[in-house]
Amino acid sequence: MSWLSQIGPVVGKELLIEWRDRSRISGLFVFSAALLLMIAFAVPKVSLLADVAGGAVWLGLLLASTRSLDQSFRVEMENGSLEGMVLWPVDPLAIYYGKAIANAVVLFLVATAIVPLVLVLYHPTVRGNVGTLFGILTLGVGALAAPGTLVAALTVQARGASALLPVLLFPLVVPVVLAAARATTLVFEGDPMGDLPRWIALLAAFNAVHWSIDGLLFTRIVDEG
Amino acid sequence: MDTASWLPGAIAAFLAAGAVIAANLRSGRPALSLPTWDRLVGLLGLVLLVQFQYRGLFASPPERMMGEVARIMYVHVPVAWLAMLTFAFACLFALAHLLSGRGVFDLLVEATVEVGIVLAILTQIEGMLFARPTWGVYWTWDARLVSTAVMTLAFMGVLSLRGVVSDPEKRATWTSVTAILATSSMVVTYMSVQWWRSIHQMQSTPETVSGPMKELWRANAVALLLVTIWLVVERYRLAEARAREERAPPLPEAEVT
Repeated sequence: MSWLSQIGPVVGKELLIEWRDRSRISGLFVFSAALLLMIAFAVPKVSLLADVAGGAVWLGLLLASTRSLDQSFRVEMENGSLEGMVLWPVDPLAIYYGKAIANAVVLFLVATAIVPLVLVLYHPTVRGNVGTLFGILTLGVGALAAPGTLVAALTVQARGASALLPVLLFPLVVPVVLAAARATTLVFEGDPMGDLPRWIALLAAFNAVHWSIDGLLFTRIVDEG
Repeated sequence: MDTASWLPGAIAAFLAAGAVIAANLRSGRPALSLPTWDRLVGLLGLVLLVQFQYRGLFASPPERMMGEVARIMYVHVPVAWLAMLTFAFACLFALAHLLSGRGVFDLLVEATVEVGIVLAILTQIEGMLFARPTWGVYWTWDARLVSTAVMTLAFMGVLSLRGVVSDPEKRATWTSVTAILATSSMVVTYMSVQWWRSIHQMQSTPETVSGPMKELWRANAVALLLVTIWLVVERYRLAEARAREERAPPLPEAEVT
């Protein structure tokens, strides 16, 4: 059974775990909603909220991702199932891609809850294409999930290193947050200068690099683990 | 060029020789015995750095448009080059470790990341000192400045992770993995002036810089390269000593008689 055919069952397992313990994903929704409120309280004028709406979406997703990524591996470590999968044997590449795809799906679900909340609370006018917005969300959550899955696999294994997940992940995903926030803002406010394709291209390039390389790096972590 | 312009270098060479002799005498070695190769390289680099920094900061003519302020470029540009070069070598050593499994490459990753962080912080500080008189602010949310700060944080994260992992083999592999990941931020930093509308200068090329300035930049960069090599090797020796201590068998328990 090649590693490609193993990805589907791993994704299914991950999503089944999320479905069985829906409190985790609902916890992410609540966390993101609370964060949106906090951002609104921190902005001095209500009239500025529409300007920061695009950034608020991605700040919420970024912080929610740290919890989601940590949870996705913690459940494996607590039950020893990561070693079990490797010994089965499940190819480490399949484990990585399965988990990363599942993490991206979870983040996308969180995004579908955050965006309507931002539209209601922050009142941005959506001048752009909703389809383009979905494309940006897909590329953005993918770009967070790929390196995030790798970094979470590291930090969950070292005692006391969970606090390092944001320390390691945030510098890596700065281009993602920047590009996704700018692109989302352009969808909300309109794009008179035609900058949107460049930001989407940056997101696509980030995805291409990390989805191809991080799987190979993950195999070394699991082999040593 | 008159002989007096070589005076700072001559004084630095004299002091370096004196330091070597003093160190030899303190360690009980013959006064004129040569230090290790890396210390020789480092001393040569320091002497050259004193000489060429003197030329850049004091003896060279002012820049056509920026005047005396531009002298900091003789410091800032070589330090920035060496910071990125050091991080690039960290990535190469990390790849070498993952491919070969040899511990020496892991120790070199530790050494180059740490030295690279110091150089990157210096780059940022010097850049801020340069920015104040030229842009009017110490800091602006410019692509080059922000990406340099992010690059520094990314590699600091690598060292932070190294500090919390006790298993040597896991620590080595994870350091290599995160160093390779952090290198992406170095690439973004280097290309930032081309990818975004930045107020920072574009990457310097021989075609964009006048002859005397170009030669002095290169000279300072070579001098700093020698110093960097020395720092990396010294840091490697320290990492090697710590690794040896970690591997040493425990002392036998004392017997009570």
